[in-house]
Amino acid sequence: MFDAFLQIVRKELLGAFRQQSDILNPIWFFVIVVTLFPLGIGTDPALLARIAPGIIWVAALLAALLSFERLFKDDFIDGSLEQMMLAPQPLSWLVSAKVFAHWLLTGLPILLVSPLLAVFLSLQENTFWALFLTLLIGTPILSLLGSIGVALTIGLRKGGVLLSLIMLPLSIPILIFSTMAIDAATFGQSYIGLLALLGAMLVGAITLAPFAIAASLRVSVS
Amino acid sequence: MLQCKNLTCVREERVLFNNLNFTLAPGEILQVEGPNGVGKTSLFRLLVGLSTPYAGEVHWQQQNIMLDRDTYYQNMLYLGHKSGVKPELTALENLHYFHHLFNPKVEFDAWEILTLVGLAGYENVATAQLSAGQQRRVALARMWFSDCPLWILDEPFTAIDKNGVQVIEKLLIKHAEKGGMVILTTHQDLLLPPQLYKKLTLQKPAAGEQYV
Repeated sequence: MFDAFLQIVRKELLGAFRQQSDILNPIWFFVIVVTLFPLGIGTDPALLARIAPGIIWVAALLAALLSFERLFKDDFIDGSLEQMMLAPQPLSWLVSAKVFAHWLLTGLPILLVSPLLAVFLSLQENTFWALFLTLLIGTPILSLLGSIGVALTIGLRKGGVLLSLIMLPLSIPILIFSTMAIDAATFGQSYIGLLALLGAMLVGAITLAPFAIAASLRVSVS
Repeated sequence: MLQCKNLTCVREERVLFNNLNFTLAPGEILQVEGPNGVGKTSLFRLLVGLSTPYAGEVHWQQQNIMLDRDTYYQNMLYLGHKSGVKPELTALENLHYFHHLFNPKVEFDAWEILTLVGLAGYENVATAQLSAGQQRRVALARMWFSDCPLWILDEPFTAIDKNGVQVIEKLLIKHAEKGGMVILTTHQDLLLPPQLYKKLTLQKPAAGEQYV
């Protein structure tokens, strides 16, 4: 069973490295959106530091939305999704592997470039760490929630708009708690409680979302 | 043993077939035939549990497949219209993936199987760059290392050359002789001796029963 999980992750990563535009596009989009803000509103460090958490989180959300297109769509078109649904392992377990691979390809690169963006937006060190931790906990939740939306809209020809309508409202709590945590860090307050709340959301999403994704796939593919 | 009990398939309020009953026992090959649009692929999707029947049930070893998917899927190989082969991976990587996901207990030599399906020399080429027939062969290669007794093959011969069709037909006979079951659709006539396989002809419902 763990072997099947690893095989799916391996297949996803191999496929993504063969088609690099798929991994590079969302992260490129993320970097560009964040860099455009200082150009648009001026380079006053105090102002930038004030709005940085919001900018980075909204950009991360939109970049995630951009990357969901490829999560199940290609598999749906070439039939490997059908085959995955007919595999002798539980479907919820196999989709967790897909979501994990998706996070490795989109969430992790965002984490890796975040120090660079912190410099662009002149963040303080402790603010940056708060940002990093919220991204670390928050991006997997985005991947999990988004996957439910993708699974629901996969059979539709133009599912993109519907996907954002499903997913963006669901991700508002993450956005609120993350930016609150970063704000608290900016003012030197403790933000561990907010991180714990995000962590609780992550645990909830990890345990429940795979079942929702599997059920949605069974409905959409039939 | 695969049993179809009073199966009715409805698409967009149009009845494709109703009250379909048949049984597939070990050692049997069943060819499903009928004109385009009569519901062959829809029937196969019901048989593998990808869609839910409007009425009726599919049973595997006396057990409704919807109630125990995992056991059923351990015993079933389905090759659909869409091959399920990842175009950006090579033939070898695709086989490796199928092997680990579907038949992890079977030991086999991937090179030997690629030679058998006529893909020797292409093992490290991305599948997207192969011809349609060769891509199909990558998907069909799964039959050579599958230990599942039930094979459900939707148009397996699409894009396959005459020689390839013969090789596959021999494999089907061998599978049936070992007690396996095969159900397939094809528009070509099978070249097997008629006593070796059965036919099921799907027909459009009578005029009064076409809509629900």
